[in-house]
Amino acid sequence: MTGVIDISAVPASRADATAHVGVSPQPLLEVRDLSLSFATAKGALPITRNVNFTIAPGERVGLVGESGCGKTVTGLSLLRLLPPQSARIQGDILFNGTNLATLSPRRMRAVRGREIAMIFQEPMSALDPVFTVGDQISEAYRIHFPVSRAEGRERAIMALREVGIPAPERRCDEYPHQLSGGMRQRVMIAMALICKPKLLVADEPTTALDVTVQAQITDLLRSLSERTGTALIFITHDLGVVAETCTRMITMYAGEVVEDAPVDDVLTRPRHPYTSGLLRSLPGLSKRRGVLASIPGRVPSPSAMPAGCRFRARCSHAVASCAQNQPMVEIGNGRSARCWRAPELLLPGAVN
Amino acid sequence: MIAAPSSGVNLHMFNSARLRIIGRRLLQAIPVIVLSTFIVFGLLKLVPGDVAVTLAGDNASDQRIAEIRELYGLNQPFFLQYGSWLWKAMHGDLSNSLISNESVLTSIQRCLPHTLLIVALALLTALIIGIPLGIAAATKPGSWIDSIVMAIASLGVAVPNFWLGMLLVAFFSLQLNWLPATGAAPLMKDPWAALSHAILPALALASGGIAEVARQLRSSLVEILSSQQVRTLHAKGLPPSSILWRHGLKNVSVNLLTVVSLLANRMLAATVVVEAVFAIPGMGGLIVNAAMHRDFPVVQGVVFAMVLIVVTLNLLTDILYSVLDPRISS
Ligand SMILES: Nc1ncnc2c1ncn2[C@@H]1O[C@H](COP(=O)(O)OP(=O)(O)OP(=O)(O)O)[C@@H](O)[C@H]1O
Ligand code: SF4
Ligand SMILES: [Mg+2]
Repeated sequence: MTGVIDISAVPASRADATAHVGVSPQPLLEVRDLSLSFATAKGALPITRNVNFTIAPGERVGLVGESGCGKTVTGLSLLRLLPPQSARIQGDILFNGTNLATLSPRRMRAVRGREIAMIFQEPMSALDPVFTVGDQISEAYRIHFPVSRAEGRERAIMALREVGIPAPERRCDEYPHQLSGGMRQRVMIAMALICKPKLLVADEPTTALDVTVQAQITDLLRSLSERTGTALIFITHDLGVVAETCTRMITMYAGEVVEDAPVDDVLTRPRHPYTSGLLRSLPGLSKRRGVLASIPGRVPSPSAMPAGCRFRARCSHAVASCAQNQPMVEIGNGRSARCWRAPELLLPGAVN
Repeated sequence: MIAAPSSGVNLHMFNSARLRIIGRRLLQAIPVIVLSTFIVFGLLKLVPGDVAVTLAGDNASDQRIAEIRELYGLNQPFFLQYGSWLWKAMHGDLSNSLISNESVLTSIQRCLPHTLLIVALALLTALIIGIPLGIAAATKPGSWIDSIVMAIASLGVAVPNFWLGMLLVAFFSLQLNWLPATGAAPLMKDPWAALSHAILPALALASGGIAEVARQLRSSLVEILSSQQVRTLHAKGLPPSSILWRHGLKNVSVNLLTVVSLLANRMLAATVVVEAVFAIPGMGGLIVNAAMHRDFPVVQGVVFAMVLIVVTLNLLTDILYSVLDPRISS
């Protein structure tokens, strides 16, 4: 029992968040103690708490977790795209050493699309229906590089070709409604990558697409990332996609990062009981807002977060000490988990 | 080097899809025209009283009245009367007034410009004042600017045209003596006088329109500015000004067009009251006068002209829709 107290007494310091990822000496992105809340009529509603992670240049990281755990808001906050009237951001977002959290709106705009780009779940509603796709893509380039209209168009056509759209000269002058869902997402990708950003945040880019094209889009993202060296944060419900595409997986639960580990390791041996539960309910995970097969109960609501381990009510390994606040525990090999029992528990993964 | 299509507006005004829309609309217009004139014709027949008696004068004999009926074809069966009116109207002959014997077409040509000038001016005013108000409110929802604009808008909708008209006359004409209180001037001969006569009635007519434009523009802009497509624009690094002026306004232009077309129709009807307040010899005065004297041909002619105008306006609106929104023409 003495060990219990030792581990849970370790403060969730900034140092331990960065130390465990040894992929690159100079991270591209370093998120430190990022806490988000929304101003509501009943006061501030905390959504995420002390989110820490690092992304190395060119690294592909999967961000997973049940619906509502804060994946999208975390992705949006990196680009400061949350509604400024209601969203409150605390913590640091260091991108190449620059803190985006405190950047002026003007300098932030220079980062958006140029350094960090983002694509979204629904390509139809994410595109402007009254402009041609060529206009929208070349606009993304011309915001950051002062080139002529004609050159912007040339670049848009090139970008369309790179994402595998046939007859790009013709497609360039079409409107989003004239394209299929998969094509639209390709257009989004072309638009996001036209300035060769260093990081792409992809928020469930295949969820709204036909099953048949999901794999194509995923493959495209991976191969583009490999070829251009663009780092990728892949937000998804599909752990299979993470296994194929990413090198590292970050699991979020109820607004916190609960596990951060290399993909191969976490698939065979998850350290957090929640990750283990996710892996064991693999096919069922995409069932949104539903109940997970192997994890009983539901995610606590942001307005009624329990103290201590937030997963406690659903955890089959819970014991009395779990009522204490859980810091991230380092396990070695670039891994950490928000569970004091992580070093001792032997949890089943997806592959045995 | 090929020049890029610049604004994203589909400039091929008359592609086949658009021609189909126009053709369909024209076909739909025919029953509208026939039905509306037929209904008005029927209603006029239901009005109690006999125009032949009126025409014959106070002490006319029964025989004289019968002669007059015969002369104007008033004793023919209803359908025959309507049919012959329609046949002549289709050939550009709207008959003559029963009272003044003036050609109805001439009367309309005299009165219509006054009405159109007021309506056009009112529409323009509604846009020129309403659009900036709507944009100002939408860019800062919940701010004091927003509250003021919305208060103005509620007021504009609530205030009746005729009352505002009388207020305007009392202030600008009787008090300040800046503008003429009543009447009109021919647009072609004296455009300046025509304009100065039209300003106050147009303002009275525009009040509701300003409010409508501001409200509609605000609500559709607020919706667009918080939409996912605008989130993408922010993610691209676009400054708020381009988002509003380039993308926002183009996206809401369709909604604005709906409002304008609705307003145009409504103003054409509301002008009757405003013309009465300002004693303007427009279409309103013409039809009211004719209806009071059971001057069928004039009433029919005015209705016919108004229906034609409305149908044309709506056709124009439909064409503009397909220009503004690429989703419609394909
Ligand atoms: N603008 C906002 N105002 C208030 N609450 C918000 C806002 N946006 C998101 N939230 C809340 O933040 C929480 C996290 O939402 P988020 O969209 O990040 O979840 P997610 O992990 O992406 O889920 P999903 O898998 O369904 O996409 C949710 O409870 C959501 O209701
Ligand atoms: S801290 Fe306790 S309750 Fe939380 S995940 Fe670990 S074992 Fe389960
Ligand atoms: Mg999401």
